[in-house]
Amino acid sequence: MNNDLLRGERVRLSAEDPETLAKLFSQWSNDSEYSRLLDWDPARCHSVKNVQKWFEKDGENPARVFFAIRTLKDDRIIGEIGLNGIRWNHGDCFVGIGLGERKYWGKGYGTDAMKVILRYAFTEMNLQRVTLDVFEYNPRGVRSYEKAGFVHEGRERGTLLREGRRWDVIFMGILRADWLKAQEEKK
Amino acid sequence: MSISNSLFQGKHVRLGPIDHEKDPEIVSLWTHDPAFMRMMYTDVQRPLSPWQVKKELEAMEKSIEEEKNQFHFRIRARRGGRLIGFAEVMWISWTNGSGYTRIGIGASKDRRKGYGGEALGMLLRYAFAELNLYRLTAIIPEYNPAALALFAGYGFREEVRRRQALERDLQRWDLLQYGLLASEWKEMNP
Repeated sequence: MNNDLLRGERVRLSAEDPETLAKLFSQWSNDSEYSRLLDWDPARCHSVKNVQKWFEKDGENPARVFFAIRTLKDDRIIGEIGLNGIRWNHGDCFVGIGLGERKYWGKGYGTDAMKVILRYAFTEMNLQRVTLDVFEYNPRGVRSYEKAGFVHEGRERGTLLREGRRWDVIFMGILRADWLKAQEEKK
Repeated sequence: MSISNSLFQGKHVRLGPIDHEKDPEIVSLWTHDPAFMRMMYTDVQRPLSPWQVKKELEAMEKSIEEEKNQFHFRIRARRGGRLIGFAEVMWISWTNGSGYTRIGIGASKDRRKGYGGEALGMLLRYAFAELNLYRLTAIIPEYNPAALALFAGYGFREEVRRRQALERDLQRWDLLQYGLLASEWKEMNP
């Protein structure tokens, strides 16, 4: 048994009150690059009040699996990670991750958080696979997901229109059996 | 094609609105056929009574009005207007010009007659020549070869294969995404 389920090597996953999250999300939404990496809807600047209302409503949904990412070193909230579109009958879901604090980009914090939530998905939620999509203009994301064990499963051609050109949406997935095998090999 | 060619009239079928009085009885029958429902939907299937269907159709129409990112049609017999199926464009992202599509022919006696193909032909013209989308995606389980063949026949290509994303009858199945670009559609429909 591993009862330290939500702790990785550099980060831990935590639950936070809407007020705390709202301040950070509002601040992060001022970073258009961050918004464009995260979502294909137009980047927008969200007020604290607006985000807080959203979190308060969403927080009542018991099916939601959403965490803040905190660094182990100084216990700072640097991003968010969550599982959505959970289909219990098929054991599949989507994962989404974002590091709002830019200075933590490209240093392995996101990969570590992803490894932690995969362990949670496979050993606590007992899912069969986890899916994600990532945009063509986010090679840093693709590399991180590959490191966490995700495999390329195809690309939607030109789904995104940004800065006057078309970009693919890349799909990746990881199967429970492959994840388990990788854990065994690490031992 | 010109402005005066109807978007909604085919040779054998036409696209039309929901009939809230008459449709629920027929759709309720479809929901009692898991073979159909499992081909169309990945959620847990259960039959719905006509009253439950009526509520669902009302809720669906309300969300169509509110969210403005989907267009739903009923497929009806050209003569008499009998309900045959449905054809939908949904989850449209307007800024990106991308959307998703789904087509269903409800009763087994109406399948393999070309109704689905005719409706899909009209729906594609609607998506590309009226909604001005850049691309469409159809998400289809591996265990639905009829749908895969239908969409492939209209130029859709396999783009994504979500491995073993579904479980049905104790077996894992892939979930496929087929995509068609407006430019490809135009080439086939000069």
